Amino acid sequence: MSPVWYAARAGVRRGWTELRQTFTTGQDVFGYVLWTVLLMVPLFLNKDDPLKGAGISEGAFMLPSMLGMTLAFTGIGTTAQLLATEREDGTLLRAKAVPHGMVGHLVGKIIMVSGTAVFSMVFPFAVGVFLVDGVARQGGGALLTLVWAIPLGLLATLPIGAVIGSLASSPRTAAFLMLPMMGLFAISGIYFPISEMPEWLQTVGQVFPVYWVGLALRSALLPADAVVAEIGDSWRLLETAGALGAWTVAGLLLAPPVLRRMARRESGAAMAERHRRAMQRVG
Amino acid sequence: MTNTHALAKAGEAGEAGEAGSSPPPGSDTVIDVRDLRMRYRSQDVLKGVGFTARRGEVVVLLGPNGAGKTTTIEVLEGFRMRSGGDVTVLGTDPAGGDERWRARLGIVLQSWRDHGKWRVRELLAHLGSYYAPYSTTLIQRPWDADELLAAVGLTEQAEKRIGTLSGGQRRRLDVAIGIVGRPELLFLDEPTAGLDPEARNEFHGLVRSLADENTTVLMTTHDLVEAEKLADRILILAGGRIVADGPAAELSRRASAEVTVRWTLDGRPFEEATAQPTRFVRRLFEEHGEAIGGLEVRRASLEDTYLTMVRELEAGDASGERAAHALGEGAR
Repeated sequence: MSPVWYAARAGVRRGWTELRQTFTTGQDVFGYVLWTVLLMVPLFLNKDDPLKGAGISEGAFMLPSMLGMTLAFTGIGTTAQLLATEREDGTLLRAKAVPHGMVGHLVGKIIMVSGTAVFSMVFPFAVGVFLVDGVARQGGGALLTLVWAIPLGLLATLPIGAVIGSLASSPRTAAFLMLPMMGLFAISGIYFPISEMPEWLQTVGQVFPVYWVGLALRSALLPADAVVAEIGDSWRLLETAGALGAWTVAGLLLAPPVLRRMARRESGAAMAERHRRAMQRVG
Repeated sequence: MTNTHALAKAGEAGEAGEAGSSPPPGSDTVIDVRDLRMRYRSQDVLKGVGFTARRGEVVVLLGPNGAGKTTTIEVLEGFRMRSGGDVTVLGTDPAGGDERWRARLGIVLQSWRDHGKWRVRELLAHLGSYYAPYSTTLIQRPWDADELLAAVGLTEQAEKRIGTLSGGQRRRLDVAIGIVGRPELLFLDEPTAGLDPEARNEFHGLVRSLADENTTVLMTTHDLVEAEKLADRILILAGGRIVADGPAAELSRRASAEVTVRWTLDGRPFEEATAQPTRFVRRLFEEHGEAIGGLEVRRASLEDTYLTMVRELEAGDASGERAAHALGEGAR
């Protein structure tokens, strides 16, 4: 076996280890619970308001949409945050010091973030499905959409997070760069159908992957009649695959050189400097 | 200089002279640096650094903060591109070193809070696993995690989360991670910063035993006693150049050509530096006899030598630079 594959396998183990760690760390578990609570509040408030002509409640519309938002937010935000943090605290430099350690680190991070994303979706889903009616009742073929849409959604968002995490000078900067994402969620048809917005905002929303992941999840989890709330009364699965596919290709073209550049510039002196600045902020 | 050598035992002087000369680069040379230059934002940090290290040698790099010690080490580690000069580490230019080459290096980083959720043994075993494909019949890689934890005295902490370790325990883990791949060459950047005297002493034992197994060690430190104790050879980096290069004993002996004599006469303190303390003290007594009190004859320690040199270089004193240069020449 080539050393690169060997390191990739070490990375798989690394990913599982870090997943286990996050689910046994009180602070992290609290974070997952808090996220679920934050999502459930609007869901609960709108669970009895009917969505015009769609035969479901606004709450039911929100549930799959928010799961899509969770996926995109984890894929982009968590990846960026972890990368920026691990550059500052020396995790990446340690990876750089062992042979093919960066390969292992990257593979581990992909598994870790993907696992976190799925877990962050499962928890609100399990709670939400009892709060609102009509979600995940049609079963069968529609659920198959999840099998390709979730991995594709991760592929489309993780590289974006990797690029942001590589370019951010510190975890604080990375967090700051996440703020525009909040605005993006508002125009991505998460809390209300995107078709209710002015046309130019619809266009903007459809550029980014958040909308498409939400759409894919609605198509998988909502009853067929709910399609009337969507643009063109269609789930547009082909367009979804195309849009997410395009982000995936762009991300996979852009992220590796950016990651390599970041890794090349990583050094003890650079880290010591970040350490100094971070300590100044604390002190 | 002549006087110093005359004072030293003939055998000792011969031995020291041999060890102090830079070896010609050969199969035994692990590090070979020539005219290394580093320019950073139009400022010259390194202005032609040159030194070598042989297999199994412990070389200590001393120098004031900002002298370029970390920069030098990072160039050798392949973490930084140099501006000029020739560098060979384990037969390879670090700028083009591949992962096979990297597997033969050990790097002890100055860390602070990475991998806080990992358990001690878990992380050591994980990082060690990357070295397994580079195992040879001669060198079994990686080092067994439990054996290594015992060697650095962390057996009791094996199942603890790294975030809960004390500073000293963390430092020992850093060292363990640095050597888990059984490196042929080990870089240690201020390895004992923050260690208590006992841990420091244990660490010194560990470095010596690694050197005995033919591991070459290049380390930086601010602790001159530590340098004197561990180093086969000491390099002093100041003003972007290696200003002294030689075994600790020889540096001290060369520096101690000047001896400080202190005494009191009629309750007033006096001090005089002399190359011939015996003659000087005899004359002192001949002149003043019983009136002399509080006599003290002190040879310059490595610390004195170091501090004097660095102070003069930092003041930009030309004569200081000349003196340092002379000292450096003497080592060759």
